[in-house]
Amino acid sequence: MASRHALRGGLRLDAHKQRSTAKPLRAASISERFIIPLDQHSGMSAKPIVKPSDRVHMGQPIAQPGPGISAWLHAPASGEVIAIEARPAPHRLGAPSPSIVIANDGRDERFASGINVNFEQLSPADACNHIALGGIVGLGGAAFPTANKLESSLCEDGPRLLLNGAECEPYISCDDMLMRERAGDIVYGARALMHALCAKSCTIAVEDDVPEAVAALRKAIEAAADQRIHVHVVPSVYPAGGERQLIATVFGVEVPHDGLPADIGVVCQNVGTAAAIARWIRDGEPLISRIVTVTGDGVREPGNLETRIGTPIASLVADCGGYTERMSRLIMGGSMMGAPLPHDDLPVIKATNCVVAASTLDLQPRGPEMPCIRCGACSQVCPAFLLPQQLHWYLHPYDGEQLNRHGLLDCIECGCCDYVCPSQIPLVERFREAKPLLTRELDARIAADAARARYHARTERLERLEAEHRAKLAEKRGKRREGHE
Amino acid sequence: MLTALLIIVALTALAGIASAANATNASDSTLVERIDALLPQTQCGRCTFSGCRPYAEAVARGSADINQCPPGGQRTAQALATLMGVEPKPVGKEFGVVPEYPAVAFIDEAACIGCTKCIQACPVDAIVGASRAMHTVIAAECTGCELCIPPCPVDCIVMQPPPGHTH
Repeated sequence: MASRHALRGGLRLDAHKQRSTAKPLRAASISERFIIPLDQHSGMSAKPIVKPSDRVHMGQPIAQPGPGISAWLHAPASGEVIAIEARPAPHRLGAPSPSIVIANDGRDERFASGINVNFEQLSPADACNHIALGGIVGLGGAAFPTANKLESSLCEDGPRLLLNGAECEPYISCDDMLMRERAGDIVYGARALMHALCAKSCTIAVEDDVPEAVAALRKAIEAAADQRIHVHVVPSVYPAGGERQLIATVFGVEVPHDGLPADIGVVCQNVGTAAAIARWIRDGEPLISRIVTVTGDGVREPGNLETRIGTPIASLVADCGGYTERMSRLIMGGSMMGAPLPHDDLPVIKATNCVVAASTLDLQPRGPEMPCIRCGACSQVCPAFLLPQQLHWYLHPYDGEQLNRHGLLDCIECGCCDYVCPSQIPLVERFREAKPLLTRELDARIAADAARARYHARTERLERLEAEHRAKLAEKRGKRREGHE
Repeated sequence: MLTALLIIVALTALAGIASAANATNASDSTLVERIDALLPQTQCGRCTFSGCRPYAEAVARGSADINQCPPGGQRTAQALATLMGVEPKPVGKEFGVVPEYPAVAFIDEAACIGCTKCIQACPVDAIVGASRAMHTVIAAECTGCELCIPPCPVDCIVMQPPPGHTH
């Protein structure tokens, strides 16, 4: 079934995925040491429930969720907790973040959780709780705790489940390999998610440049004999896999800019997340491992590796034959939205979908910035219907009201505008800097409105009490006069 | 030809009247509301008025300057200057120090004697408590006005960064 609705804007980019998908999935070398940052998922940091010198088993919970939106963390191997301290973290671009450090004893002794569930018999709320215990977070890159996301969409008229296999960013191919080789896991996870959400249907969206993945998924759906699941092919335009863009393309409905997919009855999950759910429910293995693409002209043998969370990136590069002489920069993520890493002594986290060892062939250095010539190319490619040239205009001098009116907070930071700008203006960087300023302003306005309301309420209350008091006095005076007469 | 000219003149006149009508403020109360919307609603009285609304009314009347609000800081002074069409100027030092970071009041419960003087002083009812019972500040509702600090007979209230913020 082909897409009825086209992606707005976007770019047709060279995929750069051939080298990393030439060979099948393989396991990364098991590391001697695992570093697990406590804040590697969206929301609040997890809190350690182990201490240094504790012995842990593989899959044992080592940190419990913090308040609100948070997730469990589990030991990726058996061994000893040697430290809980700040270590350089990839999602902080090398800055330190509190982490649990585990020394591997090489025995891979599994943790007996004692949890024995028949998932199909669990109520949707209990199913969500069970998914939470597996430390499941979104594996598409944002690492949003899955149970929190599911809880806000539980059984309200049975939402539509959308599995995002539209791996649109160049260089990243982990989802492609997952769909090719483990389509059964994805379908199992889809069925579990449908049960937890009371969803009536599941659409797996895939791009049109991964025919092996499409075939494998269709075969797995047939094997499961589940009529509710089907594959939907979308054109391979970047960023077709952006959550809001995909929902619009597949279902023809737009998520409100100030709302969530749950508001229009849609739940979107990455295919990797579905597979991780399958591993947890069916095999009892919590999220301690994921597929990471290691690629780029700067690495000798690109590939996709099943990697334990906490493995140093240097180890992955070594597994791929080491760096080439052309290696220039290390990126976590893809070539459009990836983050630059200062060195490779950083651990793989749940959000690490890809590591690009880039040479100048992969990433041309940016030229000198020139003034905006108002060409409009940025507006033509923006998939979020924004006007980047206007957003740029209102950054200097900073005009919060206009930035808000022009939808600064709706920017998905995809980088299409950056890519086409003939003046080499680093637009996404500027928008990223301005967003917290605007958010703070908007929050301050909400707080001020609340304070004004409380002030009025108090003033009215005091006036009312004063009036009642005066009325009572007048009454007393009246009674006294009557008594005298 | 003449009819065409007359039509063009009439349309231009209408357009002129329409834009002039939009340029002037429809009523003074709308201007006061627009000024009040720019104020932080701290209700602290540092501007010499008894709250944000009286200050807004004074600015609208022209009897107060646009730089009298320290909690609003330079951003508010600039926004007020733009709205009133006057030259911007720095916040007047005689009205107080512009706070460097947001702060909320915090009661040291060990020292609190339950006198309710701070509760009576708070302009937004952000302090919970009763006579001879514990008092505590609801940090989310505190505007940082500091009006609770002078009345406290045991000096047990301090200003701190809001919980969850690091200074």
